[in-house]
Amino acid sequence: MSLITTLARLEAVHTGRAQPAATVRHRHLSDRPLVFVPLTTAGEAGAPLGALVGTDRDAPHLLAVPQPRDRDLRFAFLAELADIVLPYVEAYAESVEAAERTETDPETGKRVKVEVDLCADAAQLVVPSRAGVDFVRLLGRSMRFRRTAEQDPETPHPAPPRVPLLGRWLTHYGERARVPGSSLLLAVTDLLGRHWATGQSTLEDQHLGALLAWIAPDGAEGATGAEAARRAELARDGDGQLLCPPAGPATDPAFDNKLLAPAIERYDRARTALAAAEDGLEADERLGALTAAEREIRALVESRTRPTWDAVWRGLDLLRELPEGAHAEERWTRDRWSFTSHRDRVLAGEPPQPRRDDAVTAANKLATREREQARLEAQEALDDPLVMAGRRLAGEAFAGEVVDVVMAYSESKRPSPRPLVTVRTDDRPYLGERVKVYRSLGGKPQTAEFVGAASSDDAPEDGTLVLRITDRMGRGKEPEAGSVPEKGDLVCFTLFEHEPRGGAKLPDPEQTPWTHGGPPGEAASVPEAADAQTEEDVL
Amino acid sequence: MTAETLAAPAAFDPGAEAARATAAILHDTLHGTERGVVVDSPPGAGKSTLVVRAALELAAAGRPLMVVAQTNAQVDDLVLRLAEKNPDLPVGRLHSSDADPYDKALDGLENVRKSAKAADLAGLSVVLSTAAKWAHVKVDEPWRHAIVDEAYQMRSDSLLAVAGLFERALFVGDPGQLDPFATVGSEQWAGLAYDPSSSAVTTLLAHNPGLPQHRLPVSWRLPASASRLVSDAFYPYTPFRSGTDHGDRSLAFSVPSDGSGPDRVIDEAAAAGWGLLELPARHTPRTDPEAVRAVAAVVRRLLDREGRATSERSPDPAPLTADRVAVGTAHRDQAAAVRAALAGLGVHDVTVDTANRLQGREYDVTVVLHPLSGRPDATAFHLETGRLCVLTSRHRHACIVVCREGVGDLLDDYPSTEPVQLGTLVKFPDGWEANHAVLAHLAEHRVAWRP
Repeated sequence: MSLITTLARLEAVHTGRAQPAATVRHRHLSDRPLVFVPLTTAGEAGAPLGALVGTDRDAPHLLAVPQPRDRDLRFAFLAELADIVLPYVEAYAESVEAAERTETDPETGKRVKVEVDLCADAAQLVVPSRAGVDFVRLLGRSMRFRRTAEQDPETPHPAPPRVPLLGRWLTHYGERARVPGSSLLLAVTDLLGRHWATGQSTLEDQHLGALLAWIAPDGAEGATGAEAARRAELARDGDGQLLCPPAGPATDPAFDNKLLAPAIERYDRARTALAAAEDGLEADERLGALTAAEREIRALVESRTRPTWDAVWRGLDLLRELPEGAHAEERWTRDRWSFTSHRDRVLAGEPPQPRRDDAVTAANKLATREREQARLEAQEALDDPLVMAGRRLAGEAFAGEVVDVVMAYSESKRPSPRPLVTVRTDDRPYLGERVKVYRSLGGKPQTAEFVGAASSDDAPEDGTLVLRITDRMGRGKEPEAGSVPEKGDLVCFTLFEHEPRGGAKLPDPEQTPWTHGGPPGEAASVPEAADAQTEEDVL
Repeated sequence: MTAETLAAPAAFDPGAEAARATAAILHDTLHGTERGVVVDSPPGAGKSTLVVRAALELAAAGRPLMVVAQTNAQVDDLVLRLAEKNPDLPVGRLHSSDADPYDKALDGLENVRKSAKAADLAGLSVVLSTAAKWAHVKVDEPWRHAIVDEAYQMRSDSLLAVAGLFERALFVGDPGQLDPFATVGSEQWAGLAYDPSSSAVTTLLAHNPGLPQHRLPVSWRLPASASRLVSDAFYPYTPFRSGTDHGDRSLAFSVPSDGSGPDRVIDEAAAAGWGLLELPARHTPRTDPEAVRAVAAVVRRLLDREGRATSERSPDPAPLTADRVAVGTAHRDQAAAVRAALAGLGVHDVTVDTANRLQGREYDVTVVLHPLSGRPDATAFHLETGRLCVLTSRHRHACIVVCREGVGDLLDDYPSTEPVQLGTLVKFPDGWEANHAVLAHLAEHRVAWRP
């Protein structure tokens, strides 16, 4: 945790209210996000209990699985989910604009520009918490390899038609959510935690109710954030049920035991009774009982998801009050590219994403994410003075006033301008000799190098730094107007680069070298080994 | 166990042991049938010497060789060493197109050609560069041989990018130093043989378990007082010995102690090889001003007291100058704070850096700000075995650790809690155990001081 975050959290404890950690919104928010509040069944991985889903905050779709262990009912749930999510996604997939992309020409090996479709906007999924993101990933994994009767008539348990496709989309969203700064799939707790600092730990911030209690407590007058958060976490009604149900997908055990389990049991009994009905009249009566039991479970699911649903929208409202950061749109464009490329893979009839990444794909993903992480950190600082203040406090940037500019030139045949700029600052950057520093000049980074502390005698701590500007001054002997700071200008330089460099291109998967097991699928590749036997195993 | 028997001079001839290991490595490299050879080298065991020797022999055998190191400083160092051993050898230094891409000292070497393009260096006996630069090189025909230096600090994905450039390779590195890291989470791939965030050697051996593996058995850097502790604490299953014996090296000071904490810990370290300057227990910010001042005071006194270091290198004692002293910290802001404190005391030429940057370096005396000093918690970063190993294995004579009291309790309060990942190789010893081992040893050389 950075020093400024620690300070903000201390201040939050002191004042009893969350403190802003950002002055702008660092993530793109769609005008029409699809909010998804899922619940899962305790003790059964990947068995959804129900969900609220939709784009209209006043009219969410309620989905429920009255018996979560019944796989037919689970499929029915997933099919229903697909019927809501896929039309939403496909509406975005259909609207495209023309864009250019550089590709390597397979014949000449040269980089050429090609015209391609780019989706004009992308579908945005919002879940309450990080656990919700994991659940989306899990649902995706559980669905994408299923076969429908149409794909394979022989398959013993065919999936409903659109379920595998939903699995592929959710897998893509879950995977994209791992890219720093991406906004295709967002968790509201992460979003709020990025923009506000509360007086509790980041782990406690994963409780959406408690987090909101710090940021915008409703009702409880005069209560501090800590008190409101405690109430959100622990307060129970007369029946022992939490007043603020957890954001899920896990449910509260008291709810499971006291309300859900008896309701499911009643449903099971009603179903058995219906199956045993001997005539139509009896069946009608028992069907009524079954419907009633099912309705009861739906009501229970709604009662636990609706408060979270409302909290998600309240969180989005709070975030929308902040103006969007200048670079958020650029990162959203990357999300649109990601969305478009997945759409193209689906359209091209490619198979679902493999169970595991091969060596080259894994390395490429890691490289992309590290690059995006660096980009995100730089862009957030450039977009937001409060974030930059944190970097300045950490010695990774400095701001100050230009007190002197001396023209100088490089020692080459064609001397180029290398002006020396003296900056007075109260910050304490960790500068070594010839360390490169960067400032934003018309949206592009300008590089300078640190020459030394300006001083007549030996007093390096007096906060006056001499920098040599080294680029973006045009091609002429004299620097272009406005490209060199002038005396009295306020400037802010960073020690980190603004645009991370791309790494080298990795080999194609078919060219995977021997050190990494050779090309995937070949016999040379290492079969998945069970744990190697150790001496301790043999007693 | 049997320190006495091991220390018996007749039982162990370090020179002969090291020569035997080197001969076996060179044999496997030059005449072996496997595509790779892996060499584990403890701190200061002559890794660079081995790389230079292997390079020269491969070049002499007429096999075109590429050398992959991890940083530009390492590449330049290898080029200088190669040129020193054989000034006539045509050597290529492939460098980036940035400003000042290589050490200016290379310009004085006649047979070293420097270029940013691999094509310009074609046909030279040995071409050296960093892994990052090699990754951009495309070749029609791979090099017959490669040497990968610091392979344990190289990430698996960076080996993936260069492995297509060579047919066979010698991988050399120190498994005890800091593991490579990723700036984003990589749990998704944990347990896969080719986890891109693991070390190059881990991936290599997972896919090629039959490759010959060698070990350099002797540390020439660490004194006899340190090799035992470093070997036991960080290399419990692959012990090594020091090339010198107790009494072969000594550190003395012309100016007598003034009785202060720094002077007493200096004397303790000069006599025993280790010193712990213990400040009163307290939770502090990372740049603990008292601890930083204590580190600076120790360094100042080390230089003021006119130390003389006697070693096997020369019969006459060498003066302990600023360039033979280094300060190691865990964080960059701590290093910056120490630098500022030293400047305040008028000390300028002492190296102050983090463990990551001190890897591979060697000094007579090191002063270490303990990674856990003053902390309220023990995170995986601060417990990392390699960090402590790097910090406590840079010295030829003595190591002085500055620390707040209570680290032992802190360790007991925070045992390692990293999630267990299926399929990953668990690294031994874990940081918790290694920290305790080092702490227990340092306790015998403790000087309590209240500044």
